[in-house]
Amino acid sequence: MRENDKDNIIEISFPVKSGDFVAAGDASSKTKQLLKQIGIDPAIIRRASIACYEAEINLVIHSMGGTLVLLITPVEIIIRTEDIGPGIADIDLAMKEGYTTASDSSRELGFGAGMGLPNMQRCADNVEIVSKLGSGTVLTITIKTGA
Amino acid sequence: MSLTLYQVKDILKADIITGDTMLDKTVKAACGADLMSDVLTFVDEKTMLLTGLNNPHVIRTAEMLDVGAIVFVRGKKPGQDIIDMAVERSIVLFTTTLTLYEACGELYKAGLPGKSGQA
Repeated sequence: MRENDKDNIIEISFPVKSGDFVAAGDASSKTKQLLKQIGIDPAIIRRASIACYEAEINLVIHSMGGTLVLLITPVEIIIRTEDIGPGIADIDLAMKEGYTTASDSSRELGFGAGMGLPNMQRCADNVEIVSKLGSGTVLTITIKTGA
Repeated sequence: MSLTLYQVKDILKADIITGDTMLDKTVKAACGADLMSDVLTFVDEKTMLLTGLNNPHVIRTAEMLDVGAIVFVRGKKPGQDIIDMAVERSIVLFTTTLTLYEACGELYKAGLPGKSGQA
C-alpha cells in the first residue's frame, strides 16, 4: 500500500493477485473504510464501494494479476485497475449484461454472471476501458463527489 | 413497511449466529439470491439478504451494500472465518432450516416487500 496525500490528493495502491478469492475484496473493504473516515456522503461511498468491489473481483477472476489504485481528489474518486493481461478481445461485448468468460470456480462463489462492467457503469459517472490483447487492461472508474 | 430483526427471527424460526444485541435493527426489504453479482446490482441499504451461498463473499457483498443482516437458508451454518468477518462489520447472521423459497415467502407474507415493488 502506498499513500500520498500532498495537495489534498490521496493515492493508494493495492496489489491484486489472480485467482486469490480469499483476499479478494480486501482492497474494496479498505477503500470503503477510508472513504468513511474522510466523511464522503454515504450514498456516494456505496456507489464507489460497489464499483470498486466489482473491479477488484474482475481482476481476480479475469486478469493475470494487477493493481487497484484509489485516487481521491477534492472533487472525485477515481478507481483504476491496471493488469498484466490477457486483455479484452471485444470491449463492447464485455460491456453487455450477461456476457462473461468467467470460470466455473468463480461462478460457484456467486460471480461471473456478466453483470460486473454494466454494474460499474450504473454506479459510476464514467467508466473507461483501454485494453490490448496480450498486454493488459486499464479500467478507470470516476465518481464525482460533488464538492 | 419494515420489520425488526426480532420479527424476522420469529417469522423464519431462525437461530442467531451472531449479532444478538442488534435485533432492534429494522429492514425495509429483502432479497433472496445465490448470485452475488445480482445482489450487487439490485440491493439497497436496509435490505436483508437471504442466501444459500456460504462463503466469505456473502459478507463482502453485504459490506459493500451496507446490508446489515443475512439469513443462511436450508440450515446452512457459516464457518468461523465468515462469522468473524460479520462480527467485525456488525452484520447480523441468522440460519433457518427453511428453503430460500419458503423463507422469502414467509417474509413476503408478513409484508416485507422485494426491491422491485414500491415499498
